[in-house]
Amino acid sequence: MCDTQATQPEIKVATGDRAILPEGAKTIPIYVMGKKYEVPETLTIMKAMEFAGFKFLRGAGCRGGICGACPTVYRMAGDYKLHFGLACQTVVEADMYLAQIPFFPANRASFNINEMSAAADAIHALYPEIFRCVACNQCTKACPMDVKVLDYISATKQGEIAKAARISFDCIQCGLCSSRCLGEIPQYHVAQLARRIFARYIQPQAEHLRLRAEEIEAGKYDQMLDELSTMNTEDLESRYVNEREREPDMAAPGSWQPQDSRYL
Amino acid sequence: MGYTPELKKLIQRVEATRPERVAMARRNEHYPALTMAERNEVLNKFHPDYQEDAKRTVQVGPNKGDVFQDTVARLLESRSIIRPEKVDLSKIDLETDVLVIGGGGAGTSAAIMASEAGCSVIIANKLRHGDSNTIMAEGGIQAATQECDSPYYHFLDTIGGGHFSNQRDLVAALAKDAPLSIAWLESLGMMFNKYEDGRTVVRHCGGSSRKRLQSSGDMTGAEIMRVIRDEVRNREDKITVLEFSPAIELLLDSEGKCAGAILFNMETREYSIVRAKAVIMATGGFGRLHVKGFATTNHYGATMDGVVMAYRAGIANQSLHSTQYHPTGVTYPEQNVGLLITEKVRGLGAHVLNIDGEQFCFPLEPRDVESAELIQEAMAKGKGIMTPTGRVGLWLDSPMIEELHGPGTVRKELPAKFIQFERHGIDISKEPMLVYPTLHYQNGGINVDGNTNTTIAGLYGAGEVIGGVHGENRLMGNSLQDIITFGRRAGQSAGEYINGGVEIKDLSLDHVLSFEKELAEAGIEDPIMAPILLPDYTTDEVIAKRWQDAVKAA
Repeated sequence: MCDTQATQPEIKVATGDRAILPEGAKTIPIYVMGKKYEVPETLTIMKAMEFAGFKFLRGAGCRGGICGACPTVYRMAGDYKLHFGLACQTVVEADMYLAQIPFFPANRASFNINEMSAAADAIHALYPEIFRCVACNQCTKACPMDVKVLDYISATKQGEIAKAARISFDCIQCGLCSSRCLGEIPQYHVAQLARRIFARYIQPQAEHLRLRAEEIEAGKYDQMLDELSTMNTEDLESRYVNEREREPDMAAPGSWQPQDSRYL
Repeated sequence: MGYTPELKKLIQRVEATRPERVAMARRNEHYPALTMAERNEVLNKFHPDYQEDAKRTVQVGPNKGDVFQDTVARLLESRSIIRPEKVDLSKIDLETDVLVIGGGGAGTSAAIMASEAGCSVIIANKLRHGDSNTIMAEGGIQAATQECDSPYYHFLDTIGGGHFSNQRDLVAALAKDAPLSIAWLESLGMMFNKYEDGRTVVRHCGGSSRKRLQSSGDMTGAEIMRVIRDEVRNREDKITVLEFSPAIELLLDSEGKCAGAILFNMETREYSIVRAKAVIMATGGFGRLHVKGFATTNHYGATMDGVVMAYRAGIANQSLHSTQYHPTGVTYPEQNVGLLITEKVRGLGAHVLNIDGEQFCFPLEPRDVESAELIQEAMAKGKGIMTPTGRVGLWLDSPMIEELHGPGTVRKELPAKFIQFERHGIDISKEPMLVYPTLHYQNGGINVDGNTNTTIAGLYGAGEVIGGVHGENRLMGNSLQDIITFGRRAGQSAGEYINGGVEIKDLSLDHVLSFEKELAEAGIEDPIMAPILLPDYTTDEVIAKRWQDAVKAA
């Protein structure tokens, strides 16, 4: 149709998230649930499976390593050792045998956040199974986020909620820890509870935030916002350009005050 | 794993030009920035929002006559998955007060607030509860909580950043509710970064006059999502969560009020009819449409479903022509593709380079201009670098930061990025990164007012699916705030509406019939079926081997 393009060979380019096999690139064999597929090297497990023709319904989420939808167990041919990772973050290797665990039926206990306290008794009552922990450390070994799962379970048992909250902070709730647990403990739900109790009852609440919320609810800013909402655009631009002092980057928390305090 | 030998060879060209470029930077000499006229030219030719070639006028519906990206226009002009005349609307499968479509940050906040108002709630999720762009937001959430700040300044910063194209009642709502959102999240047990006395740690972001960005490590969105999802799980008596069951069509009643939706169980392929007194649309954005082939930072289900369904029911869109592209998304290694490289890298002095290791643009043009220049260099000039997985990228020369600011600077200033690449065998203090523009945020969406009302009684909207909050340019940290502010408002508005007394009359899909009639009258042949629900990454080779023609013939 268009002869002028004939001299330029068409370069095949990958678009969106669809993988291609560029000219000269190598493929490697992987085994998805025991079945062999040839896929381009350097792809993630997720994209390699899509290249092979799978379409995910379960087992894919953010595709960026933070949602916990794609936990995967794998093993290399000839080796007994099991490895754990996220399909979206783990690159395929030749002769990898893999299976996804997109969901794990871990127990979750219901609670009312307003009726909890800083004491660990409530966690212990809601999740007595944490005392079934035999400290085998399989949970920590399975965590794709390198969270020290056993350490936060131990901290929770000892009533150290703040420690448990901090250690478990990077948890993405994929469930791999629970899938490996001899004591059938739902570690990631326990951690969620510890973090919520920590943030609500142990970490101090923000006083400046409480005061600001009261001011807003008393209607302090309603008139200012109405004025901005109805002002003509020229005046609005002028206020934007001329009447905004910038808080210095290095100002100590809560210390700096602008010269113009009419709108605070 | 690291770079392949082929790429390592190309890196030598970058290293060859580096001493001279570093010397130039030390003399405070830069690659010349574009003039305003040159900016316009490169934007018009190469920025996806400006390029006329892939845009067209929509011929039907409430935005008829407006110009959108072809991909977006095709979805606005799509037909329903079901044949309305063959659906028996007298067989109700589920009844609820409030149906929330989409269980990301906005939908989940809405569900909690509606349950607080005494309503029964169903959250219909396409994937798992919480699978959303919310969970991926790293940076933080804006709110004027500090003494030197106020909602007044949050309003000004937001509307100025949006080039004054924002819808003002939405900006006012955002600025006013932002501290209330933070207080609410705190009371639910969200771990904010705080000082010992409980004061929230705040930072500046691009376009802020006061430090207003509160955060939770570098996974603020994930922390918000897991806390509010956990809260929903404590409310099983009021809130029912359905997963892998997206809505595919809205239902109205004979009076034109919104009255529920048709859900599709993606695992069993069954459809069901949900009758609801109010519906909250919270389906998120459209990054997975991969407009013009771009990679995206968005989650797997970001396919514009809510806009499509609402459009057929008569809801117009605001600013939907506007998309945020970030100039430097990762193109290698494959597991980081599409993810963001912060502007800070270029702020610290890193050059953007082509395959020959040469500069071709000023590294700190406005985001849209910078994106256009990268696209021009790779596509029009053919000077991009091809990765082993067939992606095109350009070099971002991070090692020169070490030479300009001293050894160890990269690790100190960019800890998260350093670790992210180190995990895959690339030391970005020694080797450059491969980058290309990536599709980040749907700036526009369905029209709502400050209380999230649409023009249809009983239909509300919240989160990335709505348009007008950010105008044509969004500030960092305002998307997470948008989600909580309008999610909460939608739940409250729906609760008030229902508590005022709502009687649903006969269910109807007439709006779909008349929309499809309009499609036919406009001569739109072969409209695609939508919502599309999930992107399809099947390769051409696999498609060919599925023998579609042979199977159809049989």
